[in-house]
Amino acid sequence: MNCDGVIREISDYIDGELVLAVRHELERHLEHCGECQMVIDQTRRTVEIFCGSELVELPADVKSRLHAAVKRKMAEGRQQA
Amino acid sequence: MYCATFENGIVQSGLLAGLGSLLSASNPHRLPSGVAKEDEHLLVAAAKSGDAAAFEELVERYERKIFRLTMNITRNKEDAEDAMQDAFMKSYSHLKDFDGDSRFYTWLVRIAANEALMRLRKRRPNQFSIDEPIQGEEDLMPVELEDWGPSPEQRFAQTEMREILSGVIDDLEPDYRTVFALRDVEELSTEETAKALGISVPAVKSRLLRARLKLRQKLNRYFRQGETN
Repeated sequence: MNCDGVIREISDYIDGELVLAVRHELERHLEHCGECQMVIDQTRRTVEIFCGSELVELPADVKSRLHAAVKRKMAEGRQQA
Repeated sequence: MYCATFENGIVQSGLLAGLGSLLSASNPHRLPSGVAKEDEHLLVAAAKSGDAAAFEELVERYERKIFRLTMNITRNKEDAEDAMQDAFMKSYSHLKDFDGDSRFYTWLVRIAANEALMRLRKRRPNQFSIDEPIQGEEDLMPVELEDWGPSPEQRFAQTEMREILSGVIDDLEPDYRTVFALRDVEELSTEETAKALGISVPAVKSRLLRARLKLRQKLNRYFRQGETN
């Protein structure tokens, strides 16, 4: 496998979805290609950083409009029932 | 690779201590959002049988995640709010049709993604189509390769980091960031993402690969070693 091949398989590799034979081929390439190792490490870090990004609170005005709308909807539902 | 591996250490370990200990100190009657997948089906069952408080708990639990998703897709606060509200309204109206084959959260994400995409298409009718085939592979090769050093994100304050992530997502093409948001941020599987967007599994994989590589490239600007912030 060459560098182009590694790049095409990066997603499946970091997701652990590569079939064994292809994974072994890719890892053999990584043994002697520092650049591909770096791309894989950085792509993995990229995903982890977004995954681990903290959830922020809803802006107060957005939250209060949402809850008011939900309450209205539930009240309508009760009237129709 | 799923975010769950990340969250497990932070969130799921608390489950072992028992649900009782998870009650938030500021609101002892409410479980922190995102904690308990395990009791989601109980809340859904209660909401289905007309328990308003149970549905409100589901809203409280997922509102931040749903708003993050609709923001990530639309990149417009007004559209994101409308899409989020309509997603919760529709999930309430159609709760009886929810059969429990998937998690309620996954079902809700699907509704929210559709609401957000509808608004995105309205705003950019000629610029966005999620199901257009991707041409060629020539742009896949990374053009900038520089060492990031260990934990590059720790060089930034939390608010600064939040702005960086928001900025790089903003720069991403809508069809790439939609797939990335569903798959890597909201933790849907490839199949669930494909179903939510009405595209094939290979199309999801192709967009996800491009999204990840492009985001890596954009983050390189901030993370390369020696870069002063």
